Amino acid sequence: MSQDTGTVYTETTVHSASEAFMKDVPYQTAIIVLDSGTRLTGRILGERVSIDDRVGRVEIRGGVPFFRKIA
Amino acid sequence: MRPVAVAGIGKTAFGAFPDRDLRSLAVEACEKCLKSANASPAQVDAFFLGNFAGPSFVGQNHLAPYISTAIGLEGVPSTRVEAACASSGSALYHAYTGVASGVYDVVLVAGVEKMTSQPTPKVTEILAAAGDCAGEIKAGSTFASLFAMIARRHMHEFGTRREHLAAVAVKNHANGALNPDAQMRKVITLEQALAGKPIADPLNLYDCSLITDGAAAVLLVSAERAAEFTSKPVRVLGIAQASDFVALDQKPDITTFPAVRRAAQKAYAMAGIGPADVQFAELHDCFTIAEIIALEDLGFAGRGEGGPYTADGHTSRSGSRPVNTSGGLKSKGHPVGATGAAQICDLVLQMRCEAGQRQIPRHSLGLAQNLGGSGASCVVTILGVV
Repeated sequence: MSQDTGTVYTETTVHSASEAFMKDVPYQTAIIVLDSGTRLTGRILGERVSIDDRVGRVEIRGGVPFFRKIA
Repeated sequence: MRPVAVAGIGKTAFGAFPDRDLRSLAVEACEKCLKSANASPAQVDAFFLGNFAGPSFVGQNHLAPYISTAIGLEGVPSTRVEAACASSGSALYHAYTGVASGVYDVVLVAGVEKMTSQPTPKVTEILAAAGDCAGEIKAGSTFASLFAMIARRHMHEFGTRREHLAAVAVKNHANGALNPDAQMRKVITLEQALAGKPIADPLNLYDCSLITDGAAAVLLVSAERAAEFTSKPVRVLGIAQASDFVALDQKPDITTFPAVRRAAQKAYAMAGIGPADVQFAELHDCFTIAEIIALEDLGFAGRGEGGPYTADGHTSRSGSRPVNTSGGLKSKGHPVGATGAAQICDLVLQMRCEAGQRQIPRHSLGLAQNLGGSGASCVVTILGVV
């Protein structure tokens, strides 16, 4: 687990996507407030998350941060 | 600054028109507008065109002279304005400054978008370019998903419910069903609105505006010359444009749009009125949650109370302040670059008592709110019969 942790500010599961993301639906995106205060939009891997859930950044793929729920 | 009036309006029907190209739509709206003002092309001093993505949707750029020459405007300055879904609201704002300052007497403003020639995933991609392509869009966001995240947060903070979102869709469809120019003239029930195909949770198909071809036009003139063109001039009492971050994740609070609040404050001050004086409005319901937040940001409903305010019927045609009697973007349709100008046309139709079956009794002071992206641009316009 990366040291980059944060909290889910808001989220959605996308069912209707742009061409480039059609292969991924349904997928979850979220705005994460990192513990450093930085806000960014990332993708959620694994279990779906809700507002106020804690998440950790597990990888950056193509410039996009991917997060996973911290139990 | 001198007073400015709306002397003419013109619109195409909104819908999917496979046999029409972008230019023919714009020309139809402009010619109807000039005709409604008994104006000739030779009287027009300048042309401002709102268009979001003509180059992406139909592969044509340099659109303003492409259209103005087709209308027969003789060599006048022709400028395209792009501010995402607020493109023609912004075109109107800049045209207004030209007339109010005395640079021009007569300006034609148009908006146009031709969207249905592309398949939905491509349309989704083109629209997404109004967001931050280096961040949120690269992560897979669509405009529906950005507004879905806004809705989620609004629900979390204020207890807004799915039923409140659905109430916006039901109301706007009821209005659009009476609008002969609307794209989706279909009454829907609350149950239908709640059961639509999921798009981006918690938004479903019935929370989303339409993919539309269409154009609209407005003729602005100095108030002192309005009588040359029409016996029913409508005065621009206030107009303002404001801006904010393009990326949703840069906003500290996504349950309110600072650009809407800023533009509204300026427009209200300019008109010398407050929210309570506004009798009816055309609001930017690109998604149902957007109309709810607009009610709050414009001061019609308290913070977090836009949902219950809608469900209680205040914004229906028989309510205290009807909103989107045209059917809104939800039912009338949302040809992105044309929407701001179309909102002005719909206010003026009510003010001239030409709104047919959807005519409302109190119609002398109306407001239009045109939003771009997830709130990075906003134009608020207040019109009045004086």
